[in-house]
Amino acid sequence: MTASAQPIEGSRVARVAAWRPSFVRSLPLRLAVLAICALWTLPTLGLLVTSIRNPLNITTSGWWTALLHPFEPNQWTLSNYQTVMASDGMGNAFINSLIVTLPSTVIPITIAAFAAYAFAWVPFRGRGILFTIVVGLLVVPIQMSLIPILQIYSAGNLYGSFLGIWLAHTGFGLPLAIFLLYNFISQLPRDLFESAAIDGASHLQAFTRIVLPLSVPALGAFAIFQFLWVWNDLLVALVFLGPGAEVRVLPTALFQLIGSRGGSWHLLTAGAFITMVVPLVVFLLLQRAFVRGILAGSVKS
Amino acid sequence: MAVARNANPGLSRFVLPIAGLIGLGLCGAGILVLLDRQGGPHLLASIYDLLGNGAGATALRDGSGDQVIAKILLAVIALAVGVGGIWLLFLGVGSLVSLLRPRWRDRILPWLFVGPALLLLAIFLVYPAAGTILRSFADDHGQFTLRNYAVMTESDFTQILRNNAFWLIVGTGGSVVLGLIFAGLFDRIRRESLAKTIVFLPLAISLVGASVIWGLVYAWQPAGQPQIGLLNAIVVGFGGEPIPWLNTSPINVFAEIVIMVWLQTGFAMVVLSAAIKGVSGEIIEAARLDGGSERQIFLRVIVPMIRGSIITVATTIAIVTIKIFDIVYVTTGGRFNDDVVANRMFHEIFQFFDDGRGAALATLLFVAVLPVMYINLSNFRRQQRGA
Repeated sequence: MTASAQPIEGSRVARVAAWRPSFVRSLPLRLAVLAICALWTLPTLGLLVTSIRNPLNITTSGWWTALLHPFEPNQWTLSNYQTVMASDGMGNAFINSLIVTLPSTVIPITIAAFAAYAFAWVPFRGRGILFTIVVGLLVVPIQMSLIPILQIYSAGNLYGSFLGIWLAHTGFGLPLAIFLLYNFISQLPRDLFESAAIDGASHLQAFTRIVLPLSVPALGAFAIFQFLWVWNDLLVALVFLGPGAEVRVLPTALFQLIGSRGGSWHLLTAGAFITMVVPLVVFLLLQRAFVRGILAGSVKS
Repeated sequence: MAVARNANPGLSRFVLPIAGLIGLGLCGAGILVLLDRQGGPHLLASIYDLLGNGAGATALRDGSGDQVIAKILLAVIALAVGVGGIWLLFLGVGSLVSLLRPRWRDRILPWLFVGPALLLLAIFLVYPAAGTILRSFADDHGQFTLRNYAVMTESDFTQILRNNAFWLIVGTGGSVVLGLIFAGLFDRIRRESLAKTIVFLPLAISLVGASVIWGLVYAWQPAGQPQIGLLNAIVVGFGGEPIPWLNTSPINVFAEIVIMVWLQTGFAMVVLSAAIKGVSGEIIEAARLDGGSERQIFLRVIVPMIRGSIITVATTIAIVTIKIFDIVYVTTGGRFNDDVVANRMFHEIFQFFDDGRGAALATLLFVAVLPVMYINLSNFRRQQRGA
């Protein structure tokens, strides 16, 4: 990745330098970019502004009018957040989302990393065919699994349990995780493993002391991927955790809020922002790693 | 690479397996707490009893008291078991296996590594997929029937298929075309990374959250009342009648697709932008010397060269749009002639309790995804070979 970044950066500089139009000629380009960015920002800005507006004003005027006179007294409030956190249970759902998401991210990565290492570097009978099957499972939509798994869960008392949803997210995330990690781990230089074997290292030692430290970029990229996917998931949570206030996660809680508080935009917007804040922070902090993960999964790096 | 060796191998050989076994035992206890619906409060109550806080313990068992602390205690146990347990499982059992003779060790160890993954895949994907296909061809008594697929001959199903086709074509096409245009435009400005972040950011937002965001944009009030939705405010500002975007067919299908395009364009843009930067500057320079305009160079030189990446992006987004559920389920529930297959499937199972028809619709989704996934994977393999 870093090795190939140099020439790409160089070609870009050359390209921009060769194509340096005057300010007037570049004006349409600048305006177009500005319009695109406005179009992509305004919906979220509207949500944010509405969530901190006085509820009395929300139904009588559009959120943009608040920006025209921002210093009017009683214009802004945080009470919408207090209401949804406490009386609508978004605070509880937030904790549940953390309980669901963190293990649902770490468990599949761990299992997939061991499996990907074995598929790449440990010879055993049936390796090729098993790996093909694992990648082939990428095509199975989650919808195919809902009814049979739900029957197992009802019989095994796993419905509505955190353990149940961790296992479900792990199972559903594994094909992509193994596929991505295999692509990375199989590219590690062979010499590393040969010299480790000469030193008498077991496969377990080779995995923990060579593969894991070197695979941190790939592991991190998939971790962000899976974290965002699980945190934002509605379908799996709805089916396997259910709507009970004890265990429901943020997307379920927000969906129920739409049902019960349909017209109350001050609460809906505050609730929606609570569900968004963690992924947005994770995303902004780790954007580079996330982009790297996307590119690793889709194009050669 | 030298692997560090312990000074006292005789002792440490046994420390790790024993620690692993103790850890596994603790994890088992933790799972029991997690399986108990009232596990958090009960455990905290027991701790309070030990500490001599009888009143607090009774309150907890009655469902009041320090419920928040109980919840956080549960969260800590959940994390310890979920995250630590899986590592103990591999390391503990792994070092136990290492104690065996080399012949046996080498035979068992690979299966320890791939075993958990294969087991989970078998339980959560292979078995259910087979079960769902079989279920779709069976009636409630397990007899073979095709009646479940009769759902596809009902009159409203034509509409569902039409809507899914709109999602597939407009949703995928819109995201890819916009992503390509944005990648090309942003490639020429100085603040490229800022503009990219802005378009990329919605990808972090859940479909439910995005539905609320756009629900506010599409908000509708009767004519004469102040419009609080941005879109209707603009319409009324130009002297038009406010439109209930999400309730009017067929506009509502496209209003929902816009939400998806808003989310997915950033993904398309990032992948295609990386591909564009991979196109050699010399080729572009040569095209420029040949007198090609910037637009010609983009369409006739760059776009054909990044064809592989375009296919990857298009197939990835196509799979998402075929299975689209959340946006329709959250915005309207598919009530206003905007239903799609995945949403209908959900309602068949959880509203009408018709597992057979639900299974038939799931199988339909599976079959629809197959060719797209085939294109995606063979394209990926082609790109890998080209590397």
